[in-house]
Amino acid sequence: MGPGLLWLVLFFVVPLYFMGRLALESGTLETGFRFTWEWSNFTDGISLYEEQLIRSFLYAGAATAIALLIAYPLAYAIAFRAGRWKNALLFAVVAPFFTTYLIRTIGWQTILSDDSPVVSVMQAVGLLSDGGRLLATPGAVIAGLTYNFLPFMILPLYASLERIDESLIEAAKDLYSSSRAAFWRVTLPLSAPGIVAGTLLTFIPVAGDYINAEFLGSSNQAMVGNAIQSLYLELRDFPTAAALSFTVMAVILALVVVYIRFAGSEALMGEETEEAR
Amino acid sequence: MSAAWRWIRHHAIVFYAALAVAYMLIPVAVIAVFSFNDPEGKFNYSWSGFTTEHWENAFAIADLNDALLVSLELAALSTAISVALGTLIALALVRHEFFGRRTANFLIVIPMATPEVVIGAALLSMFLIYGLALGFTTLLIAHVMFSISFVVVVVRSRLIGFDRSLEEAARDLGATPLTTFRTVTLPLLTPGLIGAGLLAFALSIDDFVISNFNSGTTVTFPLWVYGAAQRGIPVQVYVIATMLFALTVAAMAFTIWQQRRAERLAAVQPETGESGLPALASGGQPVADTRA
Repeated sequence: MGPGLLWLVLFFVVPLYFMGRLALESGTLETGFRFTWEWSNFTDGISLYEEQLIRSFLYAGAATAIALLIAYPLAYAIAFRAGRWKNALLFAVVAPFFTTYLIRTIGWQTILSDDSPVVSVMQAVGLLSDGGRLLATPGAVIAGLTYNFLPFMILPLYASLERIDESLIEAAKDLYSSSRAAFWRVTLPLSAPGIVAGTLLTFIPVAGDYINAEFLGSSNQAMVGNAIQSLYLELRDFPTAAALSFTVMAVILALVVVYIRFAGSEALMGEETEEAR
Repeated sequence: MSAAWRWIRHHAIVFYAALAVAYMLIPVAVIAVFSFNDPEGKFNYSWSGFTTEHWENAFAIADLNDALLVSLELAALSTAISVALGTLIALALVRHEFFGRRTANFLIVIPMATPEVVIGAALLSMFLIYGLALGFTTLLIAHVMFSISFVVVVVRSRLIGFDRSLEEAARDLGATPLTTFRTVTLPLLTPGLIGAGLLAFALSIDDFVISNFNSGTTVTFPLWVYGAAQRGIPVQVYVIATMLFALTVAAMAFTIWQQRRAERLAAVQPETGESGLPALASGGQPVADTRA
């Protein structure tokens, strides 16, 4: 196992260290960068891109919540109701995500574009004002994010629902629980590990994404990922870029720790019951 | 009336699932349909007539072909390396108790829980400080790095359901450890390795964000598409995307079929069940692990 872990250390842990170092350097591309404990990179970066930072986490929260609402009933249907169609359905759910990510997003751009039938129908029935647009709105960006990261929600949910022993649900019903109560008090708690894993696996990549904001939004929907990429690759202000990347990672880590503390007990209960089985 | 209502209520979730699956297939369908479009301007956004011209000339754009070849080469190499490295990690994690096992587990999970933009930025920071020229090598380093964790997760889920008495039987019958590995362990692991390989290949050929940071002047397929997006994406991109989609679906279907056949032949019961998909589904597990 040595070489594999070494690869991860050399090309994941070490780069993070260098990014941290770069975040504390000062200078410009012309004069070169020097390590000077330049903490102002962080404060400057955050105040300059405060708007994009906050927007990223708001969009990520919204997309994660919507993805959970879409994915849970779907995963439930595949796990308990699909019968012999189970594999075919799982296949249909995963298959679209083997098209290039960029191309899928361009597919949505085509669907939402100003002269698409969707927009004209919505304008005709009054859901959208004349000349109203779908592209370049927060809704379009959040919808794109939700769509693109849906498998990260569906698969862990399906995995945890599929493992539930159905006799537990039957036992609840034998003991005069209604279907609804059996769902809320047996199925849902037992699927908690899947919910925790799914929301984390969706939220984290969405918070750092910038493709959806770029293709489906305008500069008014720019996320922190857009800022980081333009700072690194266009403005070449490496220290600020590194500081901003570090901030994103720190915020995500903090949110994840709090979330696991908060959601942990319920999720762990699900795991305990499984072990007891 | 009430019987009909009950039937609808009972099947509501099935209708919902069908709708949701349709929703997931929409953009792919749009891409496939627009690969037959005959756009008037440079932008392929509105339907203006059916033509098979772009399918006939799918490989008429030299730059695009080059980018596609770079992507295929990169994906093949990074798949081979990451499957080899990841399988070794998975074997060690499942079969041996060792000091630092938790740390190793953490190290596997954390790259999957880091936004791509941060991974790309961190690698670029290191390459900049070392003054390393960006290009195919840096891309390969990055692709292997982000694929390893996924390989470990898939192979590990296969190893957990592994019946070790088969290996013991081979040893009892006088096989050397190497022969046992070659003739028993490896064949039984093969479906997991194929699944992991497909996933690594798909991740690599699909990657835009990390590649965009570390490519230098090397252009992969997604990078070419991104560059073309400003000027208007040629219809050939839609054609190639549709081809790639059809190919991956065929490869996946083949793997699942192969896996089922192997399972029937070996009569081994893996814990993940009938298809290769639950193995992908367990991608959610390691995040839950960190909490334990």
